[in-house]
Parts: sequence; C-alpha cells; structure tokens
Amino acid sequence: MATRSITYEFAKGLIKNNPVFVQVLGMCPVLAVTTSVVNGLGMGMATSFVLVSAALIGSLIKPLVPSEVRIPVYAVVIATFVTIADLVLRAFFPPLSASLGPYVPLIVVNCVIMGRIEAFATRNGPGPAVSDALGMGAGFTAALMVLGAVREVLGSGAFFGIELFGEGFTPLLVMILPAGAFLTLGVLMAIFNALKEGSHTVLIKAESKAEA
Amino acid sequence: MSLVVLIISAAIVNNFVLTYFVGICPFIGVSKKIDAALSMGIAVTFVMTITAIVTWIINRFILIQLGLPFLEYVSYIVVIASLVQFVEMFIRKTSPALYKTLGIFLPLITTNCAILFVALLHTMRGYGFIESVVFGIGAGVGFTLAIVIMAGIREQLETADIPKPFQGAAITLIVAGILALAFMGFSGLVAA
Repeated sequence: MATRSITYEFAKGLIKNNPVFVQVLGMCPVLAVTTSVVNGLGMGMATSFVLVSAALIGSLIKPLVPSEVRIPVYAVVIATFVTIADLVLRAFFPPLSASLGPYVPLIVVNCVIMGRIEAFATRNGPGPAVSDALGMGAGFTAALMVLGAVREVLGSGAFFGIELFGEGFTPLLVMILPAGAFLTLGVLMAIFNALKEGSHTVLIKAESKAEA
Repeated sequence: MSLVVLIISAAIVNNFVLTYFVGICPFIGVSKKIDAALSMGIAVTFVMTITAIVTWIINRFILIQLGLPFLEYVSYIVVIASLVQFVEMFIRKTSPALYKTLGIFLPLITTNCAILFVALLHTMRGYGFIESVVFGIGAGVGFTLAIVIMAGIREQLETADIPKPFQGAAITLIVAGILALAFMGFSGLVAA
C-alpha cells in the first residue's frame, strides 16, 4: 500500500496536478528562461533539486518549527538550497548559469516550492514528501521543456541547439521575445485544457456554434 | 545613466512584468478589477522602494564589508519577509483606512518575485544608493501600470465570448502577450 501511494504521489504531479498547466504556479521562470530547450531543462533541474531538498528538510524539521514563524523558516531553507544550486551552476555550467542569469536566485520565491512544502511536505512523512516533490519537479521540468521546444523551434529554427531547417527558414523572432512567451504559454494551456476536457466535447461545441 | 532615463527604462521600456516576467502571479491573480489592481500596484511600489533602500544598505555595509556575498539570497529573503510584516503592522497602526485598502495584498507581496528581483538587479548592476531607490520606484510604477492596464482589459473580457479551453489563465496570458507586443514599441526609447 505504502509503495503504491508513493508512486501515486509522484505521478499526480506530471499531468493531473501539473504545476504549470493546471495549478498555474511558478510562472516567472516558466516564461523567462524558456527561449531554448536547454535553458528549460537547466531551470527545471535546478528547481527540482531545490524542491526535493526543501521538501525533505521541511518534512523532517516540521515538529521543531512553531507554526507562526514557519514561512520565514522555510524561506531560509529554500534560499540555502538555491544558493547551493546557484554556486554549482556557476562552477560547472558557466554558459547555462549566464543565460539563466538572475532567474536562478528567483527560485527562492517560486511559489511551487513554498506551495508544496506548505500544502504537502509538512503534512506527510519524508517518503511521500520526496516522492511528491520529485513528481512536481518532473512535471515542472517537462512543462518548461515543452515550452522551450516550441519557442526554440519556431523562434530560432533549432532544437537543443541543432539547426533544423535550411537557409530558407526565416525564424519567427517574436517567439523568443517576451511577447512570444506569453502567447505560447497561453495557447499551450488552452491545448492542455482541451485535451483534459476530452477533445470531442470541444469539437462538438465548435460544430454546433458553426451551425448556429 | 541619468535618473530620468533610469526611471523611464525601469517603468516602461524594460517593464518588469512584460519584459522580465517577474510579478506574474499577482499580475494574473489580482487583475480582475481596476481598484484592486491599483491598490496592489501601490502596495508593491511602496514595499519595492523600501526593499531597495534596505537591501542596498545591507549589501553595501554588511555583506560586502564582511565578505559574505554568498549569503545574498538568504539575507534578502529574510529582509523582505520581515519588512512586509513590519510594513503591514505599521500601516495597521497608523492608517486604518489605507490598511483596509491594502491589507489583504500585503502578505502576498512576500512571494512576489518582483520585489526580490529589484534587490538582485541593483546589486548585480552595482547601482549607487540614489539610483537603487529610483530604480525601485520606477519598477513599482511599471508594475502598477501593467497590472492596471491588464485589469482594464479583463473587465472588458468578462462580457466577451471566449472559447472554453481558453477561459481563465490561457486568455489572460494571450492578452498579456499582446500587451507585451505593444510595449515593445517603446524599446527604441532608451538605449540599454
């Protein structure tokens, strides 16, 4: 039973409660760094690392923390892991660190992390807490990579930095500009909603509207 | 960079919400009514300015003096969290009317990434004291501008016939995208 529920805690973050498409959390990095798949992957991994570590610590120290000061305490825990992630990125992946820029420290205020600690990690044991955090992190990373892929292919005609099209391709510059981030995420979210609703009900509605 | 250029750059050309994508959560969450959006904008501008002042002093006189720049994130977030709490208590005591307008928004500001972003950017760019304060005000004005415009559009959207999958956050993001396109028109205004 225990293992089954742990798998469930992991899986729910991927689609059912996807932090980006369903809960609409942590929007700043989602929009800011997804000009390429690599950036999305890097940001997703860094956020997942912080999320998992902070969820583990959060669930372990819960009995020691008075509830009035829990938010600042968790903020300090999160900020500590963000500092670690930032220093590791700077030391081992300097180009990635440079392109993520000030958005790495902004992981501190990513509401996905505080939200999972507050809503899940502190109410469950370390096992489910880590599993939930891994699932949420994976869902977050996947969303960032999808967005990054769409924007990189359309905006620079490449995928993982590899040129896809010949000389004749004119990149849609707007996709890697800020406006493209909002538009892409908006459309992807609508597609996600439509798929979740069951695509045929949407089609039937569109048909009846066209007839009317 | 002159201070006027700095304030225009922070408020309009490099608008925090539409160019740097910070403060998106309140931008989407609290932009349904113009009054609420304006109150949120004023509260954010207020906290942002004070944060710029306090974090500049901490960075300059504590972190740099003691050689502890790696504590930047931890100390800034503690400062912001306690500052918001302090500002909330201060407003509640001194001006109950203002507290009524801003009250519910203040706790939300702690997790508004725009505040931390102001502190990080003025450190990263090495602004002086006056520049940091002006930068904080400009960024706050830009946030207010963006959220109020957004609220104005969303009040109109309520009567629009939006396809079901686009309802909610999706249409809001697309409107924000069009708004960002419009703000790109300012990009030639200030170099850098």
